[in-house]
Amino acid sequence: MVGEDVKLSVRDLSISYDGQPALSGVSLDVHEHEIFGIIGPAGSGKTSFLRTLNRMEMLQNNMTVEGSIVFDGHDISKIKNVFALRRRIGVVFPLPVGLPLSIYDNVALAPRLSGIKKKAALDEIVERCLRRAALWDEVKDRLTALGSMLSGGQQQRLTIARALSQDPELLLLDEFSIAVDPVTTMRIEDVLKELKEEVTIILVTNLVQQARRLADRTAFFLSGELIEIGDTEALFNGEVKDQRTSDYLEGRFG
Amino acid sequence: MLTEKVKPSASMNLDHRGRDWYTDKAIALLVFVSGISAIIFIIGIFVFITKEGFGFIAGPLNVREFFGSPAWRPTSLRDPTYGVLALIAGTASVTGLAMVVSVPFSLGAAIFIGEFATGRLRETLKVLVELLAAIPSVVWGFIGLSIMNPLIIDLFDVPVGLGVLNSGIVLGLMAAPIMTTIAEDALKAVPDGYREAAEAMGATKWQVIFKVVLPTAKNGLVAAVLLGVGRGFGETMAVLMASGHSVNIPTSPFDSVRALTATIAAELGETAIGSEHYRALFTLGILLFVVTFIINLTADLVVRGVKKK
Repeated sequence: MVGEDVKLSVRDLSISYDGQPALSGVSLDVHEHEIFGIIGPAGSGKTSFLRTLNRMEMLQNNMTVEGSIVFDGHDISKIKNVFALRRRIGVVFPLPVGLPLSIYDNVALAPRLSGIKKKAALDEIVERCLRRAALWDEVKDRLTALGSMLSGGQQQRLTIARALSQDPELLLLDEFSIAVDPVTTMRIEDVLKELKEEVTIILVTNLVQQARRLADRTAFFLSGELIEIGDTEALFNGEVKDQRTSDYLEGRFG
Repeated sequence: MLTEKVKPSASMNLDHRGRDWYTDKAIALLVFVSGISAIIFIIGIFVFITKEGFGFIAGPLNVREFFGSPAWRPTSLRDPTYGVLALIAGTASVTGLAMVVSVPFSLGAAIFIGEFATGRLRETLKVLVELLAAIPSVVWGFIGLSIMNPLIIDLFDVPVGLGVLNSGIVLGLMAAPIMTTIAEDALKAVPDGYREAAEAMGATKWQVIFKVVLPTAKNGLVAAVLLGVGRGFGETMAVLMASGHSVNIPTSPFDSVRALTATIAAELGETAIGSEHYRALFTLGILLFVVTFIINLTADLVVRGVKKK
């Protein structure tokens, strides 16, 4: 099921804020159609890592990035059209961001930005993405309502629908369940399991068990270092190279 | 505020109200009075100008002449007429031109300061804009008289440079800093998460601003414009100095006009208290009061967001 083709290849990636290192010397490969889990305590550099993948670091001017990230054969630090890159990489942030537009416009925003104007095409995209995010049935009768008026869990699924609206090849999820109840979390997890047939997913999570449920492979970050990467089941079955990993997995710290 | 003099046993007396209790009540009363004083003042002002203007409204006022005639001749010995049409046209034309000048200018400035400028440039600009807002209106009037006037005469080859164009530009420049400040506040109130979310989808900076930031800040921006209109409408000194102050319905931007406010400022000191002219000026005051009240109320309602359900 998991392809062996490398979708994303990171080599010696270091990130620092105003000279303070947040991540040092990370190298890893993410394969096509896998869910790649990243776990680690707060401050381990997980979010910084995600932000560099679609060049969001440009938005923070005190952030410096070294090393190379190759996405689908392109060195992302050298590409000229950042906007096109971001359209191929969807992001879901920790707190749901329902833009203050209608539900329909939230999902249709990105396709419109990239130039799709036909109503029928937009309708089709909106319905497909909302269905894939398991939100369609709840909102199909009120697509013109404000997205920001939905409940937190619905907004998070709206965010996922929006992230899917440009058919990204890579989906980055940053602790998506932080503001969502357990039932909704489970629904979104089911959605993700289906999505990985089409999309490569990187899942940053604080919930060790969530990584276990979803991720094919898991990387453990600690204090800005990549401690180890392994097959998720193997890691949880105690096949770890580093004592700190098993300590974290078993809840002895972090 | 438990001082050392208060013994624990005294403060434990449950049937005794100590000094703290009275201090608390006194301060609460003081704050309450300050709070409602705004209401008292506004009602007081309204009652005062209505009382002074009432004699005119109830007596010699001819509604059709008042709103329909451009002839404001209160000092005519034979046949004084009180038509405010020209004055309204004067105020409206000057305010209108001022908005044409200041809205694009201040929205642009707000977008630059709020979305593009960073660090020291941004802070410097904000301080400068606030400084601009503090320039007294008589200084703007002076600029209109002594700089804009010869400039307009030279540029357009007209005999007089005081008029709609001059006062509209001066008023526009005057209203721009306030509009910029309020508009920038409205942009700042848009959560950064919205910008990030849009950027993460591959939106360019302009797309983020036009599709996400401006629609979100819409209410605040409309309020900024309305407050600018209110400012232009109520401004007196700069308009008095730069408009030429002759009663006229303008047909070209170079025509001299007279504003409602300027009329009151220029004439009130020379009327006999209680005379018809005096009361007519107060009626102008009521008109101004009502219009500015409506503008400000609308701005306020818009800020609070008459929200779409």
